[in-house]
Amino acid sequence: MLSLRVNRKVFSVDVEPETPLLWVIRDTIGLTGTKFGCGIGLCGACTVHVNGKRVRSCATRVSQAVGQEITTIEGLGGTHAVQEAWREGDVPDCGYCQSGQIMAAAALLAKIANPTDADINREITNLCRCGTYSRMRKAIHRAAELARKQ
Amino acid sequence: MSTNLAKINRREFMVTSFAFGGGFALSLVFPRGQAAAASLSAQITGTPWEALAGKEDIEINPWLVIAPDDTVTIRVAQSEMGQATFTSWAKMIVEELECDWSKVRAEYASVNRHFREKKVYQRMTTNSSSSVRVSRTYLQQAGASARERLMAAAAERWRVPRSELTVKAGVITHTPTGRSLRYGQIAQQAASVRLAKEPAIKTPDQFTFMNKPTRLLETPLRVDGSATYGIDVRLPGMLYAAVKQSPVFQGKVKKFDADVIRQRPGVHSVVRFGGPNIEDGVAVIADSYWHAKSALDMLPIEWDEGAHGNDSSKSFFEMARKLLDEPGARVVTKKGDAESTLRDSTKIVEAVYEVPYLDHAMMEPMNCTAHVTADRVDVWVGTQNPEGAVSETSELTGVPLENVYLHNCFLGSGFGRRGENDNVRQAVVIAKQVGRPIKVIWSREETMQHGAYRPMRVSRFRAALGPDGMPIAWHTRVVGIDTPYPGDEQTIRGLHKLPYRIRHELFDYHYRQNQIPTGPWTSVGRSQNEFFLETFIDELAHAAGKDPYQYRRALLEGNADFPVAKSWIQVLDEVAEKSKWGEKLPPGTARGIAIGDSRRVTRDEITICAIVATVSVSKQGIVRAERFDVALDTGPFLVNPLSAERQVEMQIVMGVAAALKQQITIEKGRVVESNFNNFPLLTRQEMPEIAIHFVRATDKPIAGMGEEVVGWVAPAVCNAIFAVTGKRVRALPVKNHDLRWG
Repeated sequence: MLSLRVNRKVFSVDVEPETPLLWVIRDTIGLTGTKFGCGIGLCGACTVHVNGKRVRSCATRVSQAVGQEITTIEGLGGTHAVQEAWREGDVPDCGYCQSGQIMAAAALLAKIANPTDADINREITNLCRCGTYSRMRKAIHRAAELARKQ
Repeated sequence: MSTNLAKINRREFMVTSFAFGGGFALSLVFPRGQAAAASLSAQITGTPWEALAGKEDIEINPWLVIAPDDTVTIRVAQSEMGQATFTSWAKMIVEELECDWSKVRAEYASVNRHFREKKVYQRMTTNSSSSVRVSRTYLQQAGASARERLMAAAAERWRVPRSELTVKAGVITHTPTGRSLRYGQIAQQAASVRLAKEPAIKTPDQFTFMNKPTRLLETPLRVDGSATYGIDVRLPGMLYAAVKQSPVFQGKVKKFDADVIRQRPGVHSVVRFGGPNIEDGVAVIADSYWHAKSALDMLPIEWDEGAHGNDSSKSFFEMARKLLDEPGARVVTKKGDAESTLRDSTKIVEAVYEVPYLDHAMMEPMNCTAHVTADRVDVWVGTQNPEGAVSETSELTGVPLENVYLHNCFLGSGFGRRGENDNVRQAVVIAKQVGRPIKVIWSREETMQHGAYRPMRVSRFRAALGPDGMPIAWHTRVVGIDTPYPGDEQTIRGLHKLPYRIRHELFDYHYRQNQIPTGPWTSVGRSQNEFFLETFIDELAHAAGKDPYQYRRALLEGNADFPVAKSWIQVLDEVAEKSKWGEKLPPGTARGIAIGDSRRVTRDEITICAIVATVSVSKQGIVRAERFDVALDTGPFLVNPLSAERQVEMQIVMGVAAALKQQITIEKGRVVESNFNNFPLLTRQEMPEIAIHFVRATDKPIAGMGEEVVGWVAPAVCNAIFAVTGKRVRALPVKNHDLRWG
């Protein structure tokens, strides 16, 4: 049994330590907002926060996350500045990559309060097949603005 | 066998699920966290297949339900995969219904009901840009009819003539007395009203709601993680399956050694699957996807490769090139005498073009959840073709159509791939063997290596130019290698009726089948054929020493055989003006142009699209698509300009990635590419600037918006590359070419 802190709650999970964090979050704990996209840590659909930093959960062993504070899209609260900005700009198309995109954007804003376009391009490597990149960029700038007001 | 899940029999399972579901045989288990609570007020729920209507709510017709509190629930008979069809579908009804948009909810129409009630929803397949094109008239009718029944019921209650009533935002007012009634107060009576005559629907000039941008109902649940895609479905007692299909298409499982993995944690069983239209393979069933997948990776499987173990893209292309010179091509168009004119001409331009197989690369890997019992089957999946899924499930299980319940989920995009239902057939035959609800998930590798690819294609164009540099005679020959559907039609689409003025024209094609699974890929045939045609026109313009924009314009002008030539010119002029065509650009940067419409072999509706790509190529040959100007014919209206713009952007991104860097390659009978590392998507850094210029160039409603742009991205880009480098890209993708210059 491993003890995991996810979205400020403690879960005891009966999984092997090498299990990717993604599948523990999705199958064992049952939070399905975090998505499976590529399984090789490339597309970023599985992005969650570990101690506030963005992590590709499909390429992270659950054992590495024990004792850390894990946050998924469900734990972001629904009214996070990034989510507000995402709604305002109607950012998602199919939406499948968007949980990961939002988590990556939230982590970026925690690190750089007013990111430039170059910061965004460098820091957020998540892929979007529908090509919502322009709307995401606008929404990240808007979220930075909202966060300043909050 | 060891399993972490308690083994339960069917009877226990039913009891368990009733405990969860309160009356329905299988209900879903979802965390009701903060996020889920936040989305409760949304106009679509995360589980769109679940009926929202309560007992007090009144169904006016199968498309819409009105609650006592005036909430209107719209049934959407199309699949939502990013095109915002819940919003546009609801708009088409609400335009006529005149209810309060803020009180509109939307849910999927029931596929099961569709079958039980003689196809009551007419058509539930989502393809061919048809959500609006095909459905609009009957949706407007459903809205108008409901409105008139509500009005008739109010008139009867007040005993006044209908002509004295007006309605706005779901409130009916008797103008002379000022009395009013809300829809929710009269819905019960309206449900039993029979109209003597169906009301006329609005014409586009009468629209007050459509043609204006509307924020998307779909957005909120995609921002808090509550949208349920097929892959997110969770059921009580559910097991997970990881699958491995024959790496060589149409190969067979020879043997596998299940004992090697039986003791692995969580493993429940190992089953073989296959059958007509189901690629042979092995599934490992376990209590979690990871247990299933990690055990499958250790499972020794021997394959019988069958007849196709030596096939390759290389051999297919060789065969196709050889066919270019073979007799017996099927003639589509023959006008004048192209062959002898070409033979006798001195100035001939000839080019051979090639495009590879392409994957759809949807972000959500293929998956399907199924529960098969003796008398009922439930399937949860995001599918573009729920009707097909139900009938195939019924055939595979012997359970009658009306007892097959298909719960359509959100789709992590589709692009045509999710209309194939190979995942559904496979999950059903696996679940039938296991007897418990099974969620089958394909890894990314499995998804990419068992696609329904855009077909490869080879073509040769030959034109004889007159003294003025304009073509006199023209011969197009296409070699299509494809599966029977869409096959022929997809091979010739767009080239069957040339927009340009040419006196002697011959278009013929060869068509061969092979075992590589192909299917519709956004624009179905056009992304290949338009690359050929619009690159060739560019080659002719350069051979004639003319500006490619003016050359196209001259070929369109006075083409009596092409009824929409004037509209084309309008769109072409628009894109040239807005993109500042002809403007001086820095060295290494140039513009390329392409134009077309989505004309089909069997239909007249079109959407005219013209694209100018501004592209830079470094001296080292690194290509960057900098900007796209897209001029697009809207016809008399767009249902939702906001979602129309987004679909254009999606297609530009799709088209750029495909043109520059994507290909599916066959070697030794199997697919080489496996994941986003070797089948790359467009990245954030590569995102071009996109400017969309809507123009009303035609008077009839357009063909659609979902696939009417992508075909012209590659030729516009490659024409710009030529303008910079003098190098002509005749085989995609661009990355395979050495484009160093200067």
